Amino acid sequence: MKRRHFLGLLGAAGVTLSTGVSAKAASSADVKGLPNSFGVLFDASRCIGCRKCEAACNVVNELPQPAKPFDDLTVLDTVRRTDAKSYTIVNKYTPEAGKPPVFRKIQCNHCMEPACASACFVSAFKKSETGAVVYDASVCVGCRYCMVACPFGIPTYEYNKVLTPRVMKCTMCQPRILEGKLPGCVEACPKEALVFGKRRELLNIAWDRIGANAGRYVEHVYGEREMGGTNWLTIAPKPSFAAIGMDENLGTTSAPELTSGALAAVPAVAGIWPVLLTGLYAISKRKEKIAEAEKQEAVEQAIAKTSAEAAEKLAAELAKAEAASKRHTEAEVKKALEAAAKAPEGGEDA
Amino acid sequence: MSTQETKNGSLFTPFNIIAGIILAAGLVVTIMRFTMGLGSVTNLSDNNPWGIWIGFDLLCGVALAAGGYTTSAACYIFGFKRFHGAVRPAILTAFLGYALVVFALHFDVGRPWRLVYPIFYQQGTTSILFEVGLCVFIYLTVLFLEYLPAFMEWKGGFDKYRGILVKLTMGLTIFGVILSTLHQSSLGALYLIAPSKLHPLWYTPYLPVMFFMSSMFAGLSMVICEGTLSHKYFHHKMDDEYNAGYLDLQFAFAKASAWIMAGYLAMKVLGLGMDNRWHYLFTGFGAWWLFEVVGFVVLPCYCYAVGFRDRNVGLVRIAAPWTVIGIMLNRFDVSLIAFNWQLPSADRYFPSVGEIIISLFVVTVGVLAFRFIVTRMPIFFVHPAYKDSSH
Repeated sequence: MKRRHFLGLLGAAGVTLSTGVSAKAASSADVKGLPNSFGVLFDASRCIGCRKCEAACNVVNELPQPAKPFDDLTVLDTVRRTDAKSYTIVNKYTPEAGKPPVFRKIQCNHCMEPACASACFVSAFKKSETGAVVYDASVCVGCRYCMVACPFGIPTYEYNKVLTPRVMKCTMCQPRILEGKLPGCVEACPKEALVFGKRRELLNIAWDRIGANAGRYVEHVYGEREMGGTNWLTIAPKPSFAAIGMDENLGTTSAPELTSGALAAVPAVAGIWPVLLTGLYAISKRKEKIAEAEKQEAVEQAIAKTSAEAAEKLAAELAKAEAASKRHTEAEVKKALEAAAKAPEGGEDA
Repeated sequence: MSTQETKNGSLFTPFNIIAGIILAAGLVVTIMRFTMGLGSVTNLSDNNPWGIWIGFDLLCGVALAAGGYTTSAACYIFGFKRFHGAVRPAILTAFLGYALVVFALHFDVGRPWRLVYPIFYQQGTTSILFEVGLCVFIYLTVLFLEYLPAFMEWKGGFDKYRGILVKLTMGLTIFGVILSTLHQSSLGALYLIAPSKLHPLWYTPYLPVMFFMSSMFAGLSMVICEGTLSHKYFHHKMDDEYNAGYLDLQFAFAKASAWIMAGYLAMKVLGLGMDNRWHYLFTGFGAWWLFEVVGFVVLPCYCYAVGFRDRNVGLVRIAAPWTVIGIMLNRFDVSLIAFNWQLPSADRYFPSVGEIIISLFVVTVGVLAFRFIVTRMPIFFVHPAYKDSSH
């Protein structure tokens, strides 16, 4: 078993334990991308930059009127991004000087494994069965991690609302899809630059167009695999996607995969740390005990040694003293005896 | 500060005047924030959803509050009992740090009254931010429990509960280390989801490990800084036990920091090597990366090592704030400077005056709370009534 795999399983076990939901549902392994989900194919070579899609989006989503009307095409002279008042934007690019401009429409790409949904700590974003990534403002805390996470820079925020700021982004017109209608922008497009359909079928259309118009398109369907794949697909005329402001270096790893390793480490840390730390504590405690015991022993030994020496010394001194006193007594006795022996003699003399 | 206060009998010390001005300005911005919305006081935008309230208040706040788990682990788990006197100041600093992080988040999120939603209402378990939120929430509770005995000793009459908490010390310490490991690293892991936005010199799969490692020496360095400053201003509050361990602690923490910083440096270099990103070193961002790594990891690490070897406490006290600044620089790099590096300069973020005022406001509230507590509660000294207790 590889380490990655093992950690992944640990993570899965942890999430399953805490939520009662299979962790794999949140990771990429088993998601085959809702095969019947819908998407939109955008063909940049057909777009004429008329902004009718922007206008339609504004109406169907009941967004506020912009400062400049939608038929004012001078707006296209500056590169814009989505904001809290516009879910979709058309930008103008001039990839090759002297040639006609290319227009690109921006909106939520409705990732198959959305970064925003993976990043949201209240699960406000959901990948719906239709393919749309939808947002529930009723739980949103407003941390804006979704905006940090989104690789396409799509979610926006109502910074100027005091009590009810929301994240704002394209819903693929989920309510209209559920009613059997087309998304607002698709319906409004006069040049069929937008095609709505099942993602599977859109991919076929996209590759057919690339194949049928040899040399005209970049041989790549943007969104087929980018960040794990998106439901909104884009094909573009040569020279490149980068020339119309699209990041060609996003890679094919989905956002949830990028963080699943770190999440998998959670149960590992929670499991290993207590064992390791109590072990360290036990070791330091035991060291302390051993040191204490050794100290005790040393002290005892020292005491024993000193007292043994003292006893020896005492015994020697005692013996010496005894000998001395014996000598002394003997001398005294001798003296007394001698004196006694002398005394009668002297008396008799006297 | 407080000594001058009592000497002059006046509240109008230079420190208090500056603090007062910041508090007043902070209140004005607070009112604006909650009556006119985020847009009225911040430079946040759709491209830059996170500013200094995340980069400084959250990332730096949490990293610099790491002294709590490092000091209590050193004392209670690794057996450095002679540092016992330093545990309470470190726990207090950490507790206030985390409390202020949570306080500051109320300014940053759009609907702060929903901050408990991810924990109690609807859990987004696939989110790294969920892990951060949950760990910070639990750890704040742990720190509160660890701080509580000091409060109880001060107020008196809670001996029964204090006894229970003291018995829990070991468990709380281990729990604290687990939680800190998790959320310190997760703060780095937050950025793993955005490889296309964070500059390759800073984006590496090691980000969580790096954030965790750097939090260790951030915490140790903060304890050295806090100790040095406290000695200057609160010396009269310190008892012999605190003072006896004080120098030893600074040297031991200097040594530990030097080692961990060396490991962190290795990690930083390995991170480049793993994805073969050496060529970025020769760009403008490369120069900035070297400025961060050489200027604020290698050099202070060296100072710590030499300071320890030569028993030169002056050098250690230079290395500590230097390291702290380095940590702040690193968190700023990851969250702001190297983030969105590909955007044209007109779309890049720079904090507004309002954002800076709120960040200063939060720090000031922290310093004032710290002063309020250490001048009253047994933080730098053992309460006379609890001399025999081990906590």
